[in-house]
Amino acid sequence: MTTITHVDNAEPTAFTQDDLGWLPWLEPFPAEQLTERHWAGLVDASRSKSDYFMLLARDPDILQFRTKTDKDIFYNTKSGLPRAERELAAAATSRFNGCIFCASVHARFATQFSKRRDDVQRLLDEGVGAKIDTRWDAVIAASVALTETPVAFGDEQIDALREAGLDDREIVDVINGSAFFNWANRLMLSLGEPAPPEKG
Amino acid sequence: MSTPAPDVIDILADIQPGSHLDEVRALRPEARDNAQKSYRALFEPENPDGVTTAERHAVATFVAGLHRQPTVTAFYAAGLRKHAQPAQVEAIEGEISRGAVHGPYGKFPSGPLSREDKEGLIFKVSDEHRAVLGPRLSAAFEHAHLLVFRPRDASPQALQKLLDAGWSTDDIVTLSQLVSFLAFQIRVIAGLRALAKNSERRVARESSLTAALASGGNL
Repeated sequence: MTTITHVDNAEPTAFTQDDLGWLPWLEPFPAEQLTERHWAGLVDASRSKSDYFMLLARDPDILQFRTKTDKDIFYNTKSGLPRAERELAAAATSRFNGCIFCASVHARFATQFSKRRDDVQRLLDEGVGAKIDTRWDAVIAASVALTETPVAFGDEQIDALREAGLDDREIVDVINGSAFFNWANRLMLSLGEPAPPEKG
Repeated sequence: MSTPAPDVIDILADIQPGSHLDEVRALRPEARDNAQKSYRALFEPENPDGVTTAERHAVATFVAGLHRQPTVTAFYAAGLRKHAQPAQVEAIEGEISRGAVHGPYGKFPSGPLSREDKEGLIFKVSDEHRAVLGPRLSAAFEHAHLLVFRPRDASPQALQKLLDAGWSTDDIVTLSQLVSFLAFQIRVIAGLRALAKNSERRVARESSLTAALASGGNL
């Protein structure tokens, strides 16, 4: 068995909000062999078009539960942190770990929900030390401290989040959002590579 | 619909039923339930297929140890002891102390981000412990260390080493999910613990303030 290499791929070398592609280093699960258990793992049928999800479909159960964890952390807006700031936590975590692909997706979402494209771009260009405003800086600093190994998240970050006006429910959303991207970044970074946006 | 087994994140973060953080976690019922189901899919799979239960717990103990989370490490080590020889447990403890550095570090694709490249340990299992752990588990530990500390250094070559050590493509997906899931689970636990401690301190501060006011203290 061997891995797949993409010698012709011009891998992006900077963080961007562009719509990047992703190329797998291992063979995705063959579409014609998908069983009911695999479809359950994919959760949304449309994900069978994605090499990333089709590769993860090789272990369908953990894929299913991972996807459902993800959706509730980011899409359940009945209470807690606004979507824009959950996406900011995801983008900051990805920026700090160095996942250019993940950062591109979640920087785009952060822009979409906050309408603050330039501020989001500063996080990508300047890195996690960028000074944006009290609230965003607190969310970024908390995501970074939680992403360090060993985890460095504690009173300093929590006090800053509280001073920025976040309550415990919102702080737990920051924790969940950043923690989840420590899961996602490692899969995206280690099973394939980003590719430039498709033309046209 | 509730999960029958006790929730591992609640146990390891010391969240009691009816407590404030129990109520906050209940606001994301699907996330809570599926984080637990993820744990069970990885550590109590219906069919362990290519990756054995012993291997899963060995890697988990190593990863939790690298994160310096004693409660989580003790939890996975207890699972490991059911499946592994004492010499293996000892070898894993030795490799944790050899591998416990600070992350994230690693290289970016060559270009403007290269100035952010950060050097760090490229972890190799010691010869002594490789003899105890075997080539397959040793390769898994070296890959797990890469995923924990320098995920941006990942490459097809790193995956090739796993293939060469006997990990199938399916096994590699499971191993990658397991290490990456732990990076999530450990951070949720550490985050919730820190928040609980911070809240306690705040409540203590407020009640001592109230007591001082009640006793007519001058502030």
